[in-house]
Amino acid sequence: MIETYIDETTEAAATVAGRLRIDRREFLQFCAATAATLGLPTGAEAAIAKAVEKAQRPSVIWLHFQECTGCSESLLRAEHPTLEKLILDVISLDYHETLMAAAGHQAEAARKSAMKANKGKYILVVEGAIPVAQDGIFCKIGGHKAIDMLKECAADAAAVIAMGSCASWGGMPSTDPNPTGSSGVADVLGKPVVTIPGCPPNPYNFLATAVHFLTFGKLPEIDQLGRPKFAYGRIIHEHCERRAHFDAGRFALEFGDEGHRKGYCLYKLGCKGPETYANCSTIGFGDVGESNWPVACGHPCIGCSEKGVGFTKPIHMTAQLKGMSPPASYPGVVEQQGKTSFVSAAALAAIAGAAAGGAAMLAKNLGKQDDVPAPKKGE
Amino acid sequence: MANHTHAPAPLGGSLFTPFTLLLGTLSAIAGVILLYRLFYGLGAVTNLNDGYPWGIWIAYDVVVGSAFACGGYAMALLVYIFNKGQYHPLVRPALLASLFGYTLAGASVIFDLGRWWNFWHIFWPGYAQVNSVMFEVAVCISAYIVVMWIEFAPAFLEKWGLKDVRQKLNKLLFFFIALGVLLPSMHQSSLGSLLVIFGEQIHPLWQSGMLLPLIYLMTAILLGFAVVIFEATLSSTGFRRQLETPVLAPLAKLMYGLLAAYVVVRVLDLLLRGALGSAFAATWQAFWFWVEMACFVVPLATLATDRARRSAGRLFAGAVLLMLGGFLLRINGFLVGYMTGEGWHYFPSLAELMVTVGLIAFEILAYIYIVRNYPVLPAAQPATR
Amino acid sequence: MDRRTFFKASLAGGTALAAGAASCPAQARETHPMPPEAVGLLFDSVLCVGCKACVAACKQANGMPMEFSTKDQYWDTPLDISGKTLNVIKAYRNGNMEAKDREENGFAFIKKSCMHCVDPSCVSACPVSAMQKDAKTGVVTYDKDACIGCRYCVAACPFGVPRFTYDSPTPQISKCQLCIHRHKDGKYAACAEVCPTGATLYGKVSVLREEAKRRLALKPGEKTEFPRGHLRAAEEKALRGAPEGKGEQRRQGWQDDGAQRYPGVAGQYLQHVYGEKEFGGTQMLMLSGVSFQKLGYPDLPPRSDAATSETLQHTLYGGLIAPIAVLGALTFIARRNVKHEDGEGGQNG
Repeated sequence: MIETYIDETTEAAATVAGRLRIDRREFLQFCAATAATLGLPTGAEAAIAKAVEKAQRPSVIWLHFQECTGCSESLLRAEHPTLEKLILDVISLDYHETLMAAAGHQAEAARKSAMKANKGKYILVVEGAIPVAQDGIFCKIGGHKAIDMLKECAADAAAVIAMGSCASWGGMPSTDPNPTGSSGVADVLGKPVVTIPGCPPNPYNFLATAVHFLTFGKLPEIDQLGRPKFAYGRIIHEHCERRAHFDAGRFALEFGDEGHRKGYCLYKLGCKGPETYANCSTIGFGDVGESNWPVACGHPCIGCSEKGVGFTKPIHMTAQLKGMSPPASYPGVVEQQGKTSFVSAAALAAIAGAAAGGAAMLAKNLGKQDDVPAPKKGE
Repeated sequence: MANHTHAPAPLGGSLFTPFTLLLGTLSAIAGVILLYRLFYGLGAVTNLNDGYPWGIWIAYDVVVGSAFACGGYAMALLVYIFNKGQYHPLVRPALLASLFGYTLAGASVIFDLGRWWNFWHIFWPGYAQVNSVMFEVAVCISAYIVVMWIEFAPAFLEKWGLKDVRQKLNKLLFFFIALGVLLPSMHQSSLGSLLVIFGEQIHPLWQSGMLLPLIYLMTAILLGFAVVIFEATLSSTGFRRQLETPVLAPLAKLMYGLLAAYVVVRVLDLLLRGALGSAFAATWQAFWFWVEMACFVVPLATLATDRARRSAGRLFAGAVLLMLGGFLLRINGFLVGYMTGEGWHYFPSLAELMVTVGLIAFEILAYIYIVRNYPVLPAAQPATR
Repeated sequence: MDRRTFFKASLAGGTALAAGAASCPAQARETHPMPPEAVGLLFDSVLCVGCKACVAACKQANGMPMEFSTKDQYWDTPLDISGKTLNVIKAYRNGNMEAKDREENGFAFIKKSCMHCVDPSCVSACPVSAMQKDAKTGVVTYDKDACIGCRYCVAACPFGVPRFTYDSPTPQISKCQLCIHRHKDGKYAACAEVCPTGATLYGKVSVLREEAKRRLALKPGEKTEFPRGHLRAAEEKALRGAPEGKGEQRRQGWQDDGAQRYPGVAGQYLQHVYGEKEFGGTQMLMLSGVSFQKLGYPDLPPRSDAATSETLQHTLYGGLIAPIAVLGALTFIARRNVKHEDGEGGQNG
């Protein structure tokens, strides 16, 4: 059915396929998968295909600060398309400390020239938290403080994307007592940015956001924390495959117990699904299907993407439930019950009417007869 | 001084008239519905629900029905306790109406009981729970039904010519008569006491608390008199006999005194509990309260004088109004004023209604049958009109 | 009747009545006290998240059938307790339902199941002892083999708890019996057992009352711990920070539900433990942020209606003294009058 949207003979499709050195089918599958991840309606994959075919590869600067590089690793696991296809041919990844060939001063020079050449048009992706304590001395790259580097790169960027929980809100480095003052990108820049939280986030959350930007020239709809709603619009608890167990009161109480083996709800083991906004349960990790995520593997969600939950609340501490306002079908304090009967009411009215009428008539007739005279004495 | 010419005798005449055929049909319909209820449960036939667990089969058939059957009680009280012999001719017909009224009230209880096969538990030690008002009501009503059959036995014994048995019974009759005054006093007042445990679930206009037994007892006796007047009038008219106004008029005077006392008690009760205010709210309860009060107050006006009480029409109208008043007091207390909680609705289903109607029809039919074939009514006194 | 006879009769009757009344003075039947070993539930509306695990567990533990309220009958969706449902959670809604446990523009959850009153109206009303209150645990039980199906209990209960299976030719009353059928297996109320947040707690009423008071003493937002399942006296002591609590408790791993405590934060409570004094107390206690009347629970005085009703009955009929006295008087009078009539030539009824 994809064939109906893109003409076989279109030169554009052939060009793209040739440039990416993948066959047309694979390319179209990528477009369809991305569109599905974004929750876009059918037909959007055509728009994506058209956008990708454009010769211009936008420049991307990727900064690393207080991070474990897990987010980049997560991206490396992406398969549709494979990351090398995307970063080499769809976008121009001009600066990425882990993946770029250059090192040292060469790398920094490459960054500066890319920023100059694409001024106002490059996408800035930040991975890792930025320490702000003691003037930000706790993280330096090439002698530059992280905080300065971020401000410098963000100044001329077309869009800033915070990749991972660390860049989104501080993440693991910001765990109490947070001696280095690890902060998220938005806090440092003082303005909202797009955030893709998670530890690591699903790579397709990032990829779909980037491709949306490329296709439509703007970012997908985001919430008040900058998270794209297509991925972070619902709490895990609302689309968890073990929700039925929660609703029926079936819980695992200990790792390895009967309930745990049967796949019961992990709420009592501290699952933070009820207060974490993410889509882990829907798309899973590692491209092996939606049943590959922590809860499905038997470990409670730790709320890694949620500020105030992940790396803040103990892993086995009971979660607070968010969004539990009852749906319309939930029984209310007062429910209308019992039956009345119109037919019966009519019948009763008829009977009562007849009786009243009869009684009135009889009384009247009796009244017509003479009053009985007072009994004489002695009778 | 007793009137010698009133020795009771069977009325005779044909049982099959259009009226009795109608009654028979209605009774049969009720019978069929009750059979269905037996096999398919109360829910299949009634609109009873957990907000209104008691419907018209209890509120009307039992509570009102037994009150309407207080003619025998009222007459026994008058004739045998207060020794007003001039009302003697009214005793047997009143007793007969009471007999059927109570027997059918008792039957209605059985029809309404969900687990009716256990009904004997009420009388059985080990099961019977003596603190329950319902226990006392059930035991007294059952005992009273037995007493009434015994009290009425002379009429059957007369017809069957069992003179010896009749004489022996007559020697003991005074004791059964005494029981026949005690037992209704107990259970008619306790039918009101049933409401005490509902507390604030009964609307303040009818939750008279500790005064409930007195209010229900007074209205039961009032209803007894009213029903005697009502049935005597209908009997005379229906069977084309002379009206019994000479006897009914002085009876009405006694009834009047009791009515006045009752209205005083009722109004005082409302005032002392501060409940009268709710009678002026824009609610259905307030509306039906005023209708109920009107039914008691209007006869206070229309039957105030001796002359008024000699008018057969006024007597009948007054009796009907009093019956309606007593009916409303009970229906209001048990249904209209039963504040079961928001969201619950109840109105009897057609089948429920037809059972009540059918039982009343059966009662009337049985009355007509007995009166025609057994010595109940005073000997033939054809209507002068 | 001549004046003399009348006077004698009245005197006799009056004396009898007075004697009867004097010998049984208004025996005010006091509201019953709580049994010493009373067990019950503590329902905390602030902790309840409306998950309905207790509804499902109760159905399963008592073998109750499904109850459908939707066109497509896919799963159990009772709207209220009934002949098929002994326990239900209901939602209070107001305005835009912004905040939990707030009366205006808020929502809250409330449990509905038997209150196991200390002085139950149903037990007093039942004419055949089908409703009974256990003398030791205070659990109000129902025996369908004794029941006659009169529904006086259904009408009498101020909470509207007993329900009836009208749709059966062999109907019966339905109500929570605190899972007494599970006690012999060492189990307790199923609703408390499965509750994930400890909103429904089972235990001795004395211990539950302490826990209720402890929660009301907390400031909203204060960090605290909440128990789940079966609250034992030892654990309550631990919650209050008493040192002997830790020693008493033997940790048996997660299997011991009694030790399932979890840290949390105190909510905003109304300063009222519902069931502490109402009708002499109930063994299901409740805490809430929303007024109980809005949650469907009536405001009841400390004196039970059962006490009032039984006071009336005992005063009038206690020991059958008054009825027998009155019967004596009536018999005397009736005898005289019937004899009198016989004397006039056989005009008798």
